[in-house]
Amino acid sequence: MSTTQTLAPLATGEARKMATREAYGAALLELGAQRKDVVVLDADLSGSTKTKAFSQAHPDRFFNLGVAEANMIGTAAGLATTGLTVFASSFAMFAAGKPWEQIRQSVCVPELNVKICATHAGLTVGEDGKSHQMLEDVALMRVLPHMRVIVPADGVEAAQAVHAVAAADGPFYVRLSRASTPILFSEDYRFEIGKGAVLREGTDLCLVACGVTVAAALEAADLLAQQGTNARVINLATIDPIDTELLVQSARQCGAVLTVEEHQIRGGLGDAVAHVLVHHHPVPMDMLGMDDEFGQSGGADELLAHYGLDASSIARRAQELLRR
Amino acid sequence: MTLTQSRILEIQQTAHQVREDVVRMVHAAACGHPGGPLGMADFLSTLFLEHFNLTPENRHAPDRDRFILGNGHTCAGYYALLARKGLIPQEELMSFRKFGSRLQGHPHRNLDMGIDFSTGSLGNSLSVAVGMALGARLAGYENRVYSISSDGESQEGQIWEAATSASHYRLGNLTVIVDFNNIQIDGEMRKVMDVRDLRAKYEAFGWHAMDVDGHDVLAVHDALEAAQAVTDRPSALIAHTTIGKGVSFMEGKASWHGVAPNDEQAAQALEELAQSAP
Ligand SMILES: Cc1ncc(C[n+]2csc(CCOP(=O)(O)OP(=O)(O)O)c2C)c(N)n1
Repeated sequence: MSTTQTLAPLATGEARKMATREAYGAALLELGAQRKDVVVLDADLSGSTKTKAFSQAHPDRFFNLGVAEANMIGTAAGLATTGLTVFASSFAMFAAGKPWEQIRQSVCVPELNVKICATHAGLTVGEDGKSHQMLEDVALMRVLPHMRVIVPADGVEAAQAVHAVAAADGPFYVRLSRASTPILFSEDYRFEIGKGAVLREGTDLCLVACGVTVAAALEAADLLAQQGTNARVINLATIDPIDTELLVQSARQCGAVLTVEEHQIRGGLGDAVAHVLVHHHPVPMDMLGMDDEFGQSGGADELLAHYGLDASSIARRAQELLRR
Repeated sequence: MTLTQSRILEIQQTAHQVREDVVRMVHAAACGHPGGPLGMADFLSTLFLEHFNLTPENRHAPDRDRFILGNGHTCAGYYALLARKGLIPQEELMSFRKFGSRLQGHPHRNLDMGIDFSTGSLGNSLSVAVGMALGARLAGYENRVYSISSDGESQEGQIWEAATSASHYRLGNLTVIVDFNNIQIDGEMRKVMDVRDLRAKYEAFGWHAMDVDGHDVLAVHDALEAAQAVTDRPSALIAHTTIGKGVSFMEGKASWHGVAPNDEQAAQALEELAQSAP
């Protein structure tokens, strides 16, 4: 096993909750105090992306570009050429979607030290609806050479991931959420770029999740256990570079893999895992996520359930996969 | 033609009803954007009642006027006006932003409801309006394209690409109205990212451009008529407005850009609106 991580004791019902964007804001503030080379850019969403605390503590190292995301990415690239470590934030739709070509040409081609930390990703944006529910960003980012893609599962992991990307040179995309989600990890959890984590042992099948779907996958594993199925649960926080070793080993030991993501199935986590397994150890596999459609307005939990990303839908799909 | 006093009053009354609807809708949704639509109610009501020719009968007619709400987050007021025009049942307004509703958090193209285009991502709208205007001209239609934008949206570079092409193609059938309230999410536009004098900018881009008091129904009407008279260039009306207009505690405040009033605040807002009813 490459890494086995311990879970914080999670008393159901009284779980502490936090949005990963909150953890990002707090980590940025720490970084700002520790390192003078850290600058932060935003595009008129600093209250929502949580860069505001940094902007107040270090107004000279914060640049609000207004509603102009392509300009923000280009500016980030220019700042990075002067030796700075640049964080740039907006909602995922506008941080990854709108300025994709600028990210490719001005950040990834020259391999600059720009960390795009995008909040409000996925369905859990909720009521704002399809124009704001970014379900294609992992695909858009992982296809880019030199871009590394991280989707933290909770506040503890998000904070560590922010510090980790600040310490590593080059482009990163960190996908963060608006919604408050359960804290899954204890403080002794150690996030490492490129490493997945086994959150629950099992050998009947392997659930691979990232971001907000990790908590649901853990719950699904509980439901499956009640039905006599022992599911392994992997938190694959880094989608690129992917943890090939852990995935291949799990496919071998479990014999079937179900991926769960708050993203289009095409191009996302499911595709990334399938890509590894098809080369190294093909096993029966299924993928849960958005199946080639856009979202709609609604409450975050309502939408997750509607699109089959809640615990009971995951458990049902796992049983179907095992019967195949 | 100028407006009669009674017609001005009718438009003001519609704007007032739109404001009440907006407060009720955003309150019922418990999320959304009340400030923008309260500020835009006067100029949008003037446009919808006096100029934009959409009706339930012509909603699918290819030569109808077109409307695109670039600042899609302000759609509560748009939906309320579509209801006043008979394109959406008034009862449906209260489903705003709820799961399964046609009234999405940002407009989704639905010609049955008279919604010509999906918006929500700022900066995309004016290019689409240019395409609509080019297509209408190619077909030989006499209709107009109305594109709504905002000071915040004017920070997006694509707006200026569209502005360049609209004057290049001499789109006399295109009018943009900019909701200029000096407010965006992170605070005062002048402090966040100053777009400066938009009238002068649009003029420099080859447009017919005017500043107008966005709360003065007659002035807005006159400006729209003046725009229609200019046929060799697109027109831009910079509508100066107050965000949250009509609700004292929301007026001029960025904090009311995208937050729903609670029960008490909604009640107070509706009471204030009732007292100032035209
Ligand atoms: C491309 C894009 N970037 C960011 C946002 C998020 N956003 C929604 S409204 C808004 C501020 C827009 O300013 P303005 O339209 O002037 O706001 P208002 O006057 O309604 O407060 C922002 C940044 C968005 N919808 N689209």
